[in-house]
Amino acid sequence: MSLLDTKPLIGRVEELGGLVSLKDYVSSGGYSGAKRALTQMSPEEVIDLVRNANLKGRGGAGFPTGMKWNFAKGEPLTPGPKYLVCNADEMEPGTFKDRYLMEFNPHLLIEGMIIGAFAIQAEIAYIFLRGEYHEPYKQLNRAIDEAKESGRLGNSVFGIDFNLELRVHLSGGRYICGEETALLNALEGKRAQPRSKPPFPPASGAWGRPTIVNNVETFCNVPAILRNGAQWYQDLGLTDDAGTKLYGVSGRVNKPGLWELPMGTPIREIIEVHAEGMCDGFKLRGLLPGGASTDFLVEEHFDLPMDYATIQSAGSRMGTGTMILMDDSICPVDMCRNLEHFFAQESCGFCTPCREGIPWVEALLTDIESGKGQLGDLEILDQHAAFIGGPSNTFCLHAPGAMEPLQSALKYFRDDFEQHIKQGRCPYRS
Amino acid sequence: MATVIIDGIEYEAEEGANLLHAVLSQRLDLPYFCWHPSLGSVGACRQCAVIQYMGPEDERGRLQMACMTNVSDGMRVSIDAPFATEFRSTVIEWLMENHPHDCPVCEEGGECHLQDMTVMTGHSVRRYRGQKRTWRNQDLGPFIGHEMNRCITCYRCVRFYDDYAGGKDLGAFGSRDRMFFGRFEDGTLESEFAGNLVEVCPTGVFTDKPFASQYTRKWDLQSAPSVCPGCSVGCNIFVSERYGQLRRVTNRYHGQLNQYFICDRGRFGSHFVNSDKRVRNAGVRREDGAFEYGDSKMIVEEAAKSLSNSTIGIGSPRASLESNFALRELVGSENFCVGIEEKELEVLSAYTGLMREGGFSVPSLEEVEESDAILILGEDISNTAPRVALSVRQASRIVSFDLASGAEIPVWQDAGVRGHAQHSRNPLFVATPASTRLDDIATQFAGGSVDELIGIANSVQRVLDNEEEDSGFAVAVGEALKAAKHPLVITGCSLQNEALVRLAGRIAQTLNRNGQDSRLIVVPSEANSLGVALLGGGLSLTRALDRMSSGEAAILLENDLYRRASSEVVDKALENGECIALDSNENATLSKSRFVFAAATYAEQTGTFVNYESRAQRFFQAFEPDGEVLPSWRWLSQFASLNGRDELSWKSFEGVSSACANSTFEELNNVAPSADFRLKGGSKIPRQTHRYSGRTAMRAHLDIHEPKSTVDVDTPFTYSMEGQNPADQDGAAIPYAWAPGWNSNQSVFKFQQEVGGELIGGDPGIRLIAVTSEPVPSSAPDRKLDVTTSEETTNGNFEVVPLNDVFGSDEMSSLSWPIQRRMSAPYLVISHEDARRLDLKAGMGVHVSGLDESLEVRIDSRLKAGLAGVPRGMIKNGESLASSIELSLDPDFVSRASVDRDVIARG
Repeated sequence: MSLLDTKPLIGRVEELGGLVSLKDYVSSGGYSGAKRALTQMSPEEVIDLVRNANLKGRGGAGFPTGMKWNFAKGEPLTPGPKYLVCNADEMEPGTFKDRYLMEFNPHLLIEGMIIGAFAIQAEIAYIFLRGEYHEPYKQLNRAIDEAKESGRLGNSVFGIDFNLELRVHLSGGRYICGEETALLNALEGKRAQPRSKPPFPPASGAWGRPTIVNNVETFCNVPAILRNGAQWYQDLGLTDDAGTKLYGVSGRVNKPGLWELPMGTPIREIIEVHAEGMCDGFKLRGLLPGGASTDFLVEEHFDLPMDYATIQSAGSRMGTGTMILMDDSICPVDMCRNLEHFFAQESCGFCTPCREGIPWVEALLTDIESGKGQLGDLEILDQHAAFIGGPSNTFCLHAPGAMEPLQSALKYFRDDFEQHIKQGRCPYRS
Repeated sequence: MATVIIDGIEYEAEEGANLLHAVLSQRLDLPYFCWHPSLGSVGACRQCAVIQYMGPEDERGRLQMACMTNVSDGMRVSIDAPFATEFRSTVIEWLMENHPHDCPVCEEGGECHLQDMTVMTGHSVRRYRGQKRTWRNQDLGPFIGHEMNRCITCYRCVRFYDDYAGGKDLGAFGSRDRMFFGRFEDGTLESEFAGNLVEVCPTGVFTDKPFASQYTRKWDLQSAPSVCPGCSVGCNIFVSERYGQLRRVTNRYHGQLNQYFICDRGRFGSHFVNSDKRVRNAGVRREDGAFEYGDSKMIVEEAAKSLSNSTIGIGSPRASLESNFALRELVGSENFCVGIEEKELEVLSAYTGLMREGGFSVPSLEEVEESDAILILGEDISNTAPRVALSVRQASRIVSFDLASGAEIPVWQDAGVRGHAQHSRNPLFVATPASTRLDDIATQFAGGSVDELIGIANSVQRVLDNEEEDSGFAVAVGEALKAAKHPLVITGCSLQNEALVRLAGRIAQTLNRNGQDSRLIVVPSEANSLGVALLGGGLSLTRALDRMSSGEAAILLENDLYRRASSEVVDKALENGECIALDSNENATLSKSRFVFAAATYAEQTGTFVNYESRAQRFFQAFEPDGEVLPSWRWLSQFASLNGRDELSWKSFEGVSSACANSTFEELNNVAPSADFRLKGGSKIPRQTHRYSGRTAMRAHLDIHEPKSTVDVDTPFTYSMEGQNPADQDGAAIPYAWAPGWNSNQSVFKFQQEVGGELIGGDPGIRLIAVTSEPVPSSAPDRKLDVTTSEETTNGNFEVVPLNDVFGSDEMSSLSWPIQRRMSAPYLVISHEDARRLDLKAGMGVHVSGLDESLEVRIDSRLKAGLAGVPRGMIKNGESLASSIELSLDPDFVSRASVDRDVIARG
């Protein structure tokens, strides 16, 4: 049994201990999924297969990929191109999974995108890449050249009547570009502000044309589904969610890192087994399960399986699946302040609650942390969590995301906040 | 229609509209910032939050932005729910984190939408402890002040300036809570619609700079409804006064015409009213040539005595219909000249002839915005009728609304519609001698001399007649017009060519015969050109000047003849003929007249202008001028009275206007409410606001007694704060926009039947010619219209093409100091080819045969070789230019632009 059977995403990387070249990729069955899709299946059949595999978007929202593709299938309403876009603007704090995939297994992404483009019949595709990802940029471009030379991109891909041009667009660098409609605006050369929905991108995306945007890891899951079928993929998951997932851990553990594990692996197993437990002298107090914009989970949640539905019902989101740990030496107020500083700085400036509300939250947290907090500050924070946190209170989900760690910190670590104000200092600082 | 339940009460609302539109159309109060009826919804400010309930059982509901929510039948919402009101008050609290508390020194104070919304939401106590953000402001030129610290980031400015008006030099910069709205670097805002930023901005970021230089609070202004004298569109404006000076002009909503926007010529072009070159007293020139001002009673008597049966009257396209009428009656029709040069009058006659024939319609601006294919023939409307150009720009978006509807994007969702449509535009063809500011949205453009444009028009006609045609441009135009539901042809008087107008009319009539709702606009040159043309007179301008040259006397009504004929001819006429001139500002004609009488400007009198649609509109006197200044018709009435013509000695505006109506168009009697108009309860309408202050103090340095306010016998208004401005009176009689809780211009929705719709009391004005769109039979081909190209220009000579400049070509606005700061030095436009051939570059100076002064060279990418564009009204003795001129380099020329730069450098 090959490592690829349990680790379709990075098994080959682990076997080789680094970059998977085109030769390595092809020799382990690479591009056979795309070839099968293009030469033996209709676009509808590909979409159905992906739908049956129950692949969910790995960017954080967990939207079923097959269903998304289905929105853009068939002839567009008005004549013109369709676009496929890969969201590779990985800027979520604590998240580095897409980078790993692109840097070490670029052909996997390309193969996934070929299949996706064929499924929705898009002949132009873009990879919107985080501006700081220099190494992935190099690897992707090299891999695209190789794919072109070997007839897997360009005119008549795999010899069939289907052309695909794939381009890498290096982002100007804003967190908001990870929001798919802000990404499309940035791709068009406009201000990176999100768009109002509707219209959703499958109806009107890049340059007003039907567009599908998927995350890097999502595309990377597709080739194995084509190769091995929907049932095989479903069986990989331990819970209702299918496939494998790149889980990551950062914080004071013995072995921070990234592992491809079956979907639904319990949190404690990820931390204790794969990250080899907390460093000596540190106790885990809480964690953000999938990036900075997810609610804290605490002790009572640590035995839960990491999948979309379970984490959601625990009041948080699995998000990107790369968790940030908060041990008992870290001040929760300071951690929130740090996070809100990030979110305030990365607001696009379009809507009022986000543009003006998050900086106020940051200012209050800064005051509290530095001992200048006042009675009543926590109520203002509560109010912000409620007013900014509502789903349609703000223009996009940036600000509600920013409130997730705050509102859960206010819930789980409220005593810490109160002690700061009472003592007029941060109890974590000597 | 849908039924919407708002806080338990059922309302009718238009299905598919957004909820904010529906709420405001019921004249309910709901705070908002970023939404604008003309700019649509973008959902940026989050101020118009309401609670929407998902079904009859739902008691919690969820917060929604009204501006981003579709109206659907049976929907249930609450404005008053506590969570919604708290949220709205918190939005204000967020906006106030950085907004300076400089209201007492802010130009917007007292009419600030942000102030109103703050009060409305109830936010009052500041909890934010942080510092406020500050900015360095920019110098945006003579019109617009910039104070970025006040910005609440609603994005209205860039959405108006860039998206709506096609501007290129105002942008949104930065991100997060460091958003900056301005130019890439300091400099004058280029768009001729920049002034609207003052009204579009909900607070004091963009303010009216000339107004700020002699600032008055809105509540201290005395205002009246007026009509812009800047061009023939007839945009409705408010004229506002304090201490005897016109302080500012603002947009007065008219649902079918200017709606929410006017151009900068209109907004900043009225300061000639305050000019120190105003004529304030009657004067007479003595035998020895000395001119003296004196007692008007004696001078009137002396002037009246000089009148005879053969006295000539020269009227004016910038004077009111009533004053022109009074002059025509006084001198007799056979001695009356309307004061417009023959060629232009021919064009106007062709236009009125076509209107009477029918077979098309003359669109309002609202209808221009629904015209799905447009041909512009010869007229640079961005410079001669800018507000029409702004509507043409909106018309080019019709297809984007169709595309959006197809993709189920609500038409009011502005960013969605624009993003979806991308560069899809309706067909717009621009055939003008030089480039225009509509070229950026034109499907195709073509240029050439007047004869070549006539050739193009003939070619288009051939395409419509299904004849063989080689010109690709004409084929494209013809096919696009044929395919349109509401094709529109726009031409005008600038090129002074009758054939062009008749051809445009023939194109419109042909389309109409094909069953299309075709439209035609001919843009007259001045505010009342069409009015005086309809009034008519027996004398041509050439004949009038001839008779003056041979010694006959004339009365000159508000007309500087040097703008209409060569100086040689006018000099001779004024030297030989004894003239009585009536005008408001000094000019060359006045300085050579025997008698001079001080005429009121449009702001100081009541009268009627007739716009390009033949819409007669009333402008009302805003204030009483200093000095012996009277509306011209009053001076003429005095002459009549002294000559025993009692039937012409009117004592009130009512008298002259009903005489004019009875002798010309009955409809003129119904243009606006008359002086005997009373509101329910018997009061008149006040020019002053209910908060007008300083009444007892403003003249205390002269006299401690407060003078009794003048009883206004001419209009339905008072010169006081007594009475009401109830919002449902006749739409022509709204002196200012104000409603309880709404001190800013945003209050206009309280005056509308529906947001962005007709005024409650009706949109003002009555069309004097009812154009029937019954098809007219095809006429036999008119040989006269098949103009062949004129004689070849001789080697090295240039054929003169008249051009227009929004800042400078209009006579009165070019006397307004803010406009003067925006005007270019006299210039001449040539083609790239000629510039290369003569080794000329932009900014160099050229001698022009027949002119003393050198002109600055401009190069136009669309002008054809052999043509020289000459801006109207901007060159001294420009009217004396021959139709063919010679150019040579002036090596000593110093461009005014470089002089300005030098001045700036020296500080």
